[in-house]
Amino acid sequence: MGIWQSYRLRLQRKRWLIRAFRKRRELRAVADRSAQIRPGDILLFCTQRNEGVRLPYFLQYYRNLGVNHFLIVDNDSDDQSLAYLAGQSDVSLWHTTASYKRARFGVDWLNWLQRKYGHGHWTLVVDPDEFLIYPFCDTRPLRALTDWLDASSIKSFSAMLIDMYPKGPLNDAPYQPGQNPLDIAPWFDPGNYSIKKNARFGNLWIQGGPRMRVFFPDAPEKAPALNKIPLVKWDRRYCYVSSTHMLLPRGLNLVYDEWGGEKASGALLHTKFLDTFAAKAQEELQRKQHYAASVEYKAYAETLAQHPDLWCKWSEKYINWRQLEILGLMSKGNWA
Amino acid sequence: MAGVGILMLVHTALGRAEQVARHWHAAGCPVVIHIDRKVPEATCAQFRQALADLPNLRFCTRHRCEWGTWGIVAASQSAAEVMLAQFPQVRHVYLASGSCLPLRPVQELIDYLAQRPRTDFIESATTADVPWTVGGLDHERFTLHFPFSWKKHRTLFDLYVGLQRRLGLRRRIPKGLVPHMGSQWWCLTRQTLSAILQDPDRRQYDAYFRKVWIPDESYFQTLARIYSTHIESRSLTLSKFDFQGKPHIFYDDHLQLLRRSDCFVARKIWPHASRLYEAFLSDNTSAMKHTEPNPGKIDRIFAKAVERRTRGRAGLYMQSRLPNSGWENGVTSGRYSVFSGFTELFEDFEDWIAKATGARVHGHLFAPDRAEFAQAQTIAPGAMPHSAAIRDYNPRAFLTNLIWNARGDRQCFQFGPADTQDITWFISSDPNAQISVISGAWAVPLFHSNRNFQEIRKEAALLQRIESQFLDVLRAPHCKARIRIWKMAEFIEAPMEPLQTIVDEIGIATPRHLTEAPKLRELAGFGQFLQNLKNQGMHPYLMGDFPIEQGTAQPHIPPRKPYLVRS
Repeated sequence: MGIWQSYRLRLQRKRWLIRAFRKRRELRAVADRSAQIRPGDILLFCTQRNEGVRLPYFLQYYRNLGVNHFLIVDNDSDDQSLAYLAGQSDVSLWHTTASYKRARFGVDWLNWLQRKYGHGHWTLVVDPDEFLIYPFCDTRPLRALTDWLDASSIKSFSAMLIDMYPKGPLNDAPYQPGQNPLDIAPWFDPGNYSIKKNARFGNLWIQGGPRMRVFFPDAPEKAPALNKIPLVKWDRRYCYVSSTHMLLPRGLNLVYDEWGGEKASGALLHTKFLDTFAAKAQEELQRKQHYAASVEYKAYAETLAQHPDLWCKWSEKYINWRQLEILGLMSKGNWA
Repeated sequence: MAGVGILMLVHTALGRAEQVARHWHAAGCPVVIHIDRKVPEATCAQFRQALADLPNLRFCTRHRCEWGTWGIVAASQSAAEVMLAQFPQVRHVYLASGSCLPLRPVQELIDYLAQRPRTDFIESATTADVPWTVGGLDHERFTLHFPFSWKKHRTLFDLYVGLQRRLGLRRRIPKGLVPHMGSQWWCLTRQTLSAILQDPDRRQYDAYFRKVWIPDESYFQTLARIYSTHIESRSLTLSKFDFQGKPHIFYDDHLQLLRRSDCFVARKIWPHASRLYEAFLSDNTSAMKHTEPNPGKIDRIFAKAVERRTRGRAGLYMQSRLPNSGWENGVTSGRYSVFSGFTELFEDFEDWIAKATGARVHGHLFAPDRAEFAQAQTIAPGAMPHSAAIRDYNPRAFLTNLIWNARGDRQCFQFGPADTQDITWFISSDPNAQISVISGAWAVPLFHSNRNFQEIRKEAALLQRIESQFLDVLRAPHCKARIRIWKMAEFIEAPMEPLQTIVDEIGIATPRHLTEAPKLRELAGFGQFLQNLKNQGMHPYLMGDFPIEQGTAQPHIPPRKPYLVRS
């Protein structure tokens, strides 16, 4: 990495930050409770659209982990979610009708909110269908992890996406508000992930799981990325470049060890594949607001029509984080 | 009042420090507390106020304590002076921190020390003999200058160390001192401690140690060696360090582990570990056992954590472990076998080798149309699909995943010049691979095929070229795999011998002698077939020399009975 390259990345980072600054005008505060935020609080940032049915369990899950405040951008929902979120005492809510795609899939909005409210805090950026799992999450709160990361001078924590799915057709068991989605979709692919390194940003590019296996068997390069770095000790100079897959400055992307050891890492259980999925895929296909001309959603729509069972005989049923660690999907690193 | 005095160095989580101080005090131990100068005055006053009701508790002069600097030693000195001066009945002085937690009833510690009235418990070793130091500064921490903070000005720190090394600058160690180091948490007798503090040369020693790197791990450790009559070189405080030299932290889920450790004091406890504080500060004197501390299990757990962080699991590639080439500690997680030319030569080779070894035997995993998993499965353990596109997108991940997913289960697969060749370099450099090649055997299916000779000739030329490249890879100097190559002609002379070697090397739990040979395919006329190829200008050479008439003369080979005798 020469000086020239560093300089260009620096310029790029500045550009994203300016862009985020400009996009701030698209956000209208619906319920601004950010004055409640205390130094040292753990903050969760999220964009959502019509996820009303998922929100009760989502908020509950992260409250239990020890998230202190939620900062949520609502992208033009037309269900009950806006009112529901506005009524939560630990949620600050912004609303926008602007294009999700032109805000780089929400990244610009969240970069702005993180810059404004996240400086000096541990910030978690997840979607309403993603549930963070980390080592010892059944016995230690999130604060234990962030304290340990602080003590170890680690600024970013990796948690790979693991797609969860039910056994049988997706619409067999309708999801109810407040229900644990893992009750319906407890299965995952234990060992079919492929890793490449992105030389420019230093992050990993992980693909695989049921989405590659079922939706992209002939075009694996189009399968969605599963690497994520959702938990970062935020600084106002930082920015996410593409979803939570990569960050600038580049050092934040070095969440993996290159000398044989294992760094601590977690997982994001991705419960996208519920009965709500077919309708969602259809809607997103029409809105065309997703990555790479919604190529992912096109593949979903095509495949879902044929055989919607993602389950196979080598699917593994989720038990706990120790299972994921034994399978090699995440690691305790030197946290013991 | 007990004969054990406690010095407490506190800087954060003052609420917890207060709880622990009360606990020590309640057991009759006088306590002297040092509060870091960095703690704001208001917080500090509040803390003093909260503890004002304890008669045998004092506060000492405050110093600024930054990690790795003199402040911590100065704090210990001040606190110790107060303790020795104000509590004359104290015989042992125990240095603890605000995040230390007594694990056994304090009375047990008091009794333990009362039985060893002249013993100093301080870990103290010469630098040459221990591998503790992190970052390569061991003896040099006593001979170089360290004016820059390691935490705040790392670059300057490193540059200045480098400069001093280059220039050969050395500090002189005061006469009579032999540098020792060890855990900063000690328990010294009044005699030893007062001798250190009242030493006529103390000014000189202090001036020297003030500029030593991490003096809190060497000041008392070195000076105790001068005065102590009886040193037990171990710390009574259980404190484990990770590979960066920072202490491991204990949480609620360590409760049982800590209980069984029989250690007197543990550090460092996470301030929010309420269950630990509740459990150990309730002082139920039920467990009155006079055992020695036994932190064996905790040691193992933390040693494993360090091992995981520095070595990792062999053959695992994941989001937080992607070793650079050469740093994998094993590029795959287990041994596996690659067979080239065997299924071409034998009719039932896959079943035969599966039966002989109990291994999982796949077909051509790298076949151009799909991955031929064992038993014609379309999906393999780990939910690996048989899609050729996915496999060829990252062949290395495909193979390492396959081996990782089947941990404990030996994998075998077939490989040949008709397969995708991207993986050859990887397997040939993997010590876990056992590669057996019968070169030229690809000609047998061609020989049996019902195709036009021109097509066969073209195909044979292509396969020969690819296999020859494969053999070049296998003969390259980087190879670490267990590689065996036979020319086909040489192999069919005596097939049982190499087969026995291969099976033996795969090594099954109950070694069997081969009682049954795989069935050789019909080769009558093969020699003529090769000659025909030659006549067309395409010289097959990888299979060795087949006489034209060998085909007619060879029927004695297939029925050949194994010469190995059942034991």
